[in-house]
Amino acid sequence: MDKFGDVGLTLDLLALPFVQSALLAAAILGVVAGVIGPLIVRRQMAFAVHGTAELGFTGAAAALLLGVGVEYGAVAGAVIAALALGLLGTKADERDSVIGVVLSFGLGLGVLLLWFYEGRASSKLGLLFGQVITVDSTNLAVYACSAVLVLGVLAVIYRPLLFASVDPVVAAARGVPVRVLTPLFAVLIGITTALGVQTVGVLLVLALLVTPAAAACRVTSSPLLATVLSVVFAEVAVLGGIVLSLAPGAPISAFVTTLSFVIYLVCRAIAAARGRVSGRVAQPVSVPAGR
Amino acid sequence: MTTRPAVRLVDAGLSFPGRTLWSGLTMSVQPGEFVAVLGPNGSGKSSLLKVLLGRLRLSTGAAEVAGGPDAVGYVPQQGAVETGAATGIRGVDLVGLGLDGQRWGLGLRGMRRRRQRVAEAVAAVGAEQFAGKPFNQLSGGEQQRLRVAQALVGEPAVLLCDEPLLSLDVAQQQAISELIDRRRREAGTTVLFVTHEINPILSYVDKVLYLVDGRFRVGPPREVMTSAVLSELYRAPVRVVELDGQLHVAGAHSAVCEDEPHHVQQRVAG
Repeated sequence: MDKFGDVGLTLDLLALPFVQSALLAAAILGVVAGVIGPLIVRRQMAFAVHGTAELGFTGAAAALLLGVGVEYGAVAGAVIAALALGLLGTKADERDSVIGVVLSFGLGLGVLLLWFYEGRASSKLGLLFGQVITVDSTNLAVYACSAVLVLGVLAVIYRPLLFASVDPVVAAARGVPVRVLTPLFAVLIGITTALGVQTVGVLLVLALLVTPAAAACRVTSSPLLATVLSVVFAEVAVLGGIVLSLAPGAPISAFVTTLSFVIYLVCRAIAAARGRVSGRVAQPVSVPAGR
Repeated sequence: MTTRPAVRLVDAGLSFPGRTLWSGLTMSVQPGEFVAVLGPNGSGKSSLLKVLLGRLRLSTGAAEVAGGPDAVGYVPQQGAVETGAATGIRGVDLVGLGLDGQRWGLGLRGMRRRRQRVAEAVAAVGAEQFAGKPFNQLSGGEQQRLRVAQALVGEPAVLLCDEPLLSLDVAQQQAISELIDRRRREAGTTVLFVTHEINPILSYVDKVLYLVDGRFRVGPPREVMTSAVLSELYRAPVRVVELDGQLHVAGAHSAVCEDEPHHVQQRVAG
């Protein structure tokens, strides 16, 4: 425990190439997660992200067993999951339970696959809790390609997707292809989730895909500012979390989730403080304005 | 008048398996006309709007909107569950989505012009004070003003309104109706206004389309909204009483009465 906050040791470790690739991978994840996060929050898909991540774990476990790259397994599992959730849970009243059903089965299957696997136990735990330190240059290339793909598709569909997310009735009336966008967005979530599986692990993907965006949405309603803040928050959490975990050699997830949780609490406090101020001043103004 | 109609329906019919909503519907709406679409729940009023938006295909006949679906503005019901809460955006963002939200790409070019058009649309409905606030924190009347701005920002030739006054108080109903009427007089925008309650818009309406159970009648409000015509449409005794310039419909049973909006969503609109 006395290694916590050992600046010298941290600086030494930061000079190592594998630590630098880890940070690079995390930075890429931070950008993608930060950009896609506000859309997840607006579409109320946090639980869907969790379910997708669990299936990413199943895919990764299968890849481990088959001796294929874990990142490919995670992507395959998460994308299949995202599509399955999209196809099975089209009705709003079913969505929640469908995710629960698929999630539990996926996790169970993953546990079985890991039981068959006879390799190192740390590889198994890494999938659940993250092991960014093992990212190598091949992983980095896959990372970068996935990130470019997700951001590229998002750039094309961003406006109609935002429209369909916040204002579905008018968006459909204006000819936005809502039925095409929903599964497409699910696939993007699948790919992003798979990136997260490698760094923070399956169980904590929400800390990067949802928490920074949720924090940003507490303090601003501007879509652009929310995206910028969400990227900044995600970067602070993931890069900060990795740096803090270096000296003690502790799992990074604890640090990443704690940082993003603290950011969230601060944003809530800011929103609450603002609400108290504007509650006194602005309300008497805004009420007659509607008449 | 030989101008090209803004909306034209020729022998139009809409059926779902086992049920015909309406058929043989022929009507032309001229540019700048204000048409109220009335009728009980399930008579196919909203479906008519969906046909004009290009989201439902007619079973028979033809429907034509001048300029196509892109030249159509749409104002939904305020506060309905299916309309969505529009969380995480400001009023101006909602209006902006009405301008180009259906287009692909980020739309980085023409940002200045876009901002200017959104600002003009916000000013036209008198929403400058609150357009920068989170949309879901606004009152029902404020939200609906911005909805009108959202529908008009693209300068549509035809404005389709689906129960836009529902769950608003009387003062707000008047304000929203006036905004819509002013636009059609100033810009010649055609208005099709689906409503269960004609009185807030009675003074603006040129024409009424009254749909009941597949039967319908088109004409000036005081020709359609009569005891004789409505009794025939409903096939039950219905009385229309005029009180202080307002039309009140009293039926054999309450289903006819105007006080029964569908998707009942009572909410206190502050």
